[in-house]
Amino acid sequence: MNEIRFSGFGGQGIIRQGLILGKALSLYDNKFATMTQSFGPEARGSACSSQVVVAEERVLYPYVTKPEVLVAMSQEAYDKYEPELREGGILIIDSDLVRLKPSKRKIKIYSIPSTRFAEEIGNRIYANLVMLGFFTAITKIVTPEAIKKALPGLVPSRYIDINIKAFDKGYNYGLEVLEKEAQEKAEEEKTEKTQKLKGKGTKK
Amino acid sequence: MNVRKKSADPKGVLTGVHYLDGDYAIAEGALAAGCRFFAGYPITPSTETAERFAERIPMVGGVFIQMEDEIASVAALIGASWAGLKAMTVTSGPGFSLMMENIGLACMMEVPIVIADVQRGGPSTGLPTLTGQGDMQQVKWGSHGDYEIIALSPDSPQECFDLTIKAFNLSEMFRVPVFIMTDECVGHMHEKVVIPPAEEIEIVERKWYEGPKDKYLPYKPDVDLVPFMVKAGDGYRFHTTGLTHDERGYPVINAECQDWCVRHLCDKIRLNADKIIEYKEDETDNAEIVVVSYGITSRVAWKAIQDARKAGIKVGSLRLITIWPFPDKRIEELAGKIKAFVVPEINLGQIKREVERAAKGKVPVYPVSHCGGWVHNPDNILKVIKEAAK
Repeated sequence: MNEIRFSGFGGQGIIRQGLILGKALSLYDNKFATMTQSFGPEARGSACSSQVVVAEERVLYPYVTKPEVLVAMSQEAYDKYEPELREGGILIIDSDLVRLKPSKRKIKIYSIPSTRFAEEIGNRIYANLVMLGFFTAITKIVTPEAIKKALPGLVPSRYIDINIKAFDKGYNYGLEVLEKEAQEKAEEEKTEKTQKLKGKGTKK
Repeated sequence: MNVRKKSADPKGVLTGVHYLDGDYAIAEGALAAGCRFFAGYPITPSTETAERFAERIPMVGGVFIQMEDEIASVAALIGASWAGLKAMTVTSGPGFSLMMENIGLACMMEVPIVIADVQRGGPSTGLPTLTGQGDMQQVKWGSHGDYEIIALSPDSPQECFDLTIKAFNLSEMFRVPVFIMTDECVGHMHEKVVIPPAEEIEIVERKWYEGPKDKYLPYKPDVDLVPFMVKAGDGYRFHTTGLTHDERGYPVINAECQDWCVRHLCDKIRLNADKIIEYKEDETDNAEIVVVSYGITSRVAWKAIQDARKAGIKVGSLRLITIWPFPDKRIEELAGKIKAFVVPEINLGQIKREVERAAKGKVPVYPVSHCGGWVHNPDNILKVIKEAAK
């Protein structure tokens, strides 16, 4: 089972991220996905979050309690929700909007300047789709095809193409990040090995 | 029973697989059932249903009216229903309280209407944005005098769709207000909702009177105890009132007529209860403990039941789809065979009280109560199941 929380401030399309992901998973990826949203007297500009619980069978408990993935698109959201992230979980942030606090927790952190990328595409309004693309590449919880199929009905039809462009931007950036990570890991292992060999050599 | 069954009007049926929240699914279920009149006063957490109606109902040739308040909303439904339309409204606790006066009128006039209550924490304005199940007794007893209604409780957006159709069918079948008692959690929860093709949706129409114009009696019970209806404006002259009335619908203010009139309102539901009541059972045959649950709480309870079974406890589940009329008979049968009932709900024991009443003291009934704002943690239900099994 996967518990996912998207968070940011009202107006960033945080609820829409949850809706698109939930629809993609349950209609096109053959999963059970229940989406709920923080529903308080919040207004535009204040902390906002949407949650998706994903499972292979029917979701019984609909709320997220200890998410495996937290997407934070504002400092307030990061401050508020980071503590509930599960040990070993994944934190995804907008690198221009969130400043990480020093932490000793065992979590994996990935960052993307999603709002800046969206502005490059034409409007910061697409930042949520850039982020969703990045999320898709990093977590592999959902297929990119399913996300694209889910867009009609959730995004005005004349803006679907540009939303897909935003999604691809984030997705490809995510793949690059993963590739870089894999390379770094391979190199690290290599140096470790050589160091070990060297170590062994000196002992002899 | 002399009721007319047919398939749904394809105009209102959004056939396909959708990702909807419970509020939207209620609106789609209503449109599929043939609802063409909505009058309401939006209130959190039911507003999305009203919004969806405002957008969708003009597309199928229906009417959406935002009323001045909830009292007027139900008054408008009564008028629309007498004019021959299937009509509904949606609300939450505070609005539901206001509706009670005209709910009584609808019961007395025997008008088919449907009301969805997306429950939030109460009393009063309580928790506008958070869940509750505190209106379960209010729906039965909220208006004054003796009367019967039907209430259903969905556990998911899919059931919001399915049970709204069922609500309209029951309402037409029995000329009675029918209630969909959902809650904020289900109302705002998005999940997959499958809307079948129109020809697969069975729709029940009220019994229309087609006899001579001067012979129509609006309150003469048919063999199934339900009187025929006509459409206002079709040339039938009839009278309807909130006062105690005879078969013609004219006021008769004495004890005999009161007895006839009020017993009729109750009997048409009580004597047809077996046709109305629906519940889902699981492993109740060899159970020592039976968990009675409904709505969102039944989903969370299902998790606790699974965990209890893993711990070796023989637990059955009785999930109520129909809350009113209450399945007294089934509860009593089970009470004779088991050790205890466990009733989790988001109120301080409203349905637990009914289980106790129906169980007639044969076995203890353990509540798992909280006052609203959140759904149960399954572990809390499991704890009580274990305690009851000792």
